[in-house]
Amino acid sequence: MTYLADVATLARKDLRLELRARDTLPAMLLFVISTFVVFHFALPAGADEAAAQGLLWVALVFTALLGLARAWAPERESGALEGLTLAPCDRSAIWLGKSAAVFVFLTAIELVALPAFAAFFAPVDLSTVGGVLLANVGICAVGTLLAAMAAASRTRELILPLLFLPLAIPLVVGGVGASISEEAPRFLAFLGLYDAVFAILCWASFEYVVSE
Amino acid sequence: MSSGEKYLAAAYTIIFLTVLVYVAIIAAKLARLERETAELAALAQARRHEHG
Amino acid sequence: MAPEDADQGLAQKIFYFHVPIALTAYACFGWGAYKALLLLWRKEERYDLESYVAVHQGTIFGALTLATGSIWAKASWGHWWLWSENQLVLFLVLFLFYSAYFMLRFSIEEGPRRANISAVYALFGIVLVPVSFLAIRLAENVIHPTVFTLDGPQMTGTMFFTFCVAWIAVTALAYALYRVELLGKRLDSNLRELREALTT
Repeated sequence: MTYLADVATLARKDLRLELRARDTLPAMLLFVISTFVVFHFALPAGADEAAAQGLLWVALVFTALLGLARAWAPERESGALEGLTLAPCDRSAIWLGKSAAVFVFLTAIELVALPAFAAFFAPVDLSTVGGVLLANVGICAVGTLLAAMAAASRTRELILPLLFLPLAIPLVVGGVGASISEEAPRFLAFLGLYDAVFAILCWASFEYVVSE
Repeated sequence: MSSGEKYLAAAYTIIFLTVLVYVAIIAAKLARLERETAELAALAQARRHEHG
Repeated sequence: MAPEDADQGLAQKIFYFHVPIALTAYACFGWGAYKALLLLWRKEERYDLESYVAVHQGTIFGALTLATGSIWAKASWGHWWLWSENQLVLFLVLFLFYSAYFMLRFSIEEGPRRANISAVYALFGIVLVPVSFLAIRLAENVIHPTVFTLDGPQMTGTMFFTFCVAWIAVTALAYALYRVELLGKRLDSNLRELREALTT
């Protein structure tokens, strides 16, 4: 039980930090809305609804990237990552706590972004929402681990998109398919599979990413 | 040459060139390593003479 | 040696190299992931170099797969790229992924941290192969309907034999290159140690 308690403590710490500092969430929000506006001008006149749905996913992935780049910033700035790894909790709890916090941030952004998208472009149906939630899990799980890898690198924020985008491609496929296809359940199931497989992989391998 | 032959030749060429470039890089590396071993051997000799 | 395929003519023979090269690339990535797993499990330093060299080979063969596949596509359909060709798209995704492997590896200082992170990334790569393949299949059916495809021939006896010969040859080549590169890198590191020992 202490494992889950550790996870909850870590997640709550991140949420509290963000509520106080308020730097990441507003930036992500502004970014996603600006991206929508850019899309409006980027889409040619006759573009259909399906193209707009596709662009929703592009916006989500890149907004997530923005947030993920800052995910480990508090630990990095205060040198706390080393301290956390020395703490008696399981290393994977650190990953789970951080992913949970990022998931909350991302979902909070989407609570505004999805209605905005519906207003700007095309209505958002239930399977899209389901796809978004499922994809969030994958994005947060994988993204948090990759962000920790990027934190160890000299090039930091520069390398995170390069690491993240190839792994995000299946998520985009699942998400867009859930949005536009009649066989949405198939794509939702695929997203679930991605989440399960990669969450387990991240959970098992995170301690090797942060250990010396 | 028919166009089919041209493409086949192109594919063969790319494969061959890649392997060739790879081998050339390894050869250059081996040459460098040879130079370094010679240097180190001389260094070791000098050391041995020093210590009598 | 093998008879010309009725439909595609001479260009179809690219298949005899393209597919073995692709299979060898998969094998290299798998070998790299296996060595990565050994590194994380047994924590012996040598696995890091072996994993790296395997991934390096895989990336080279992956690039060759893309190149030969592209030539074959141009020869068969007149386009340099076919989004409908699942294997090509998969290799594009993998190529992007493993290119990032090198960028990651060379931006981290040498040491156990770099070895561990590279190993974890290599494991992610091999998991990505089936997941990506599924995704591309799903995307093809719903998001991009199939128009063109490259078909491996329905192989007759002599064709299959030729294919096997080519496959064995490419695998042998990959293994030889792997050993040579590994040897070169180990020599390098041993010499560096020797140099340090002699000059202090």
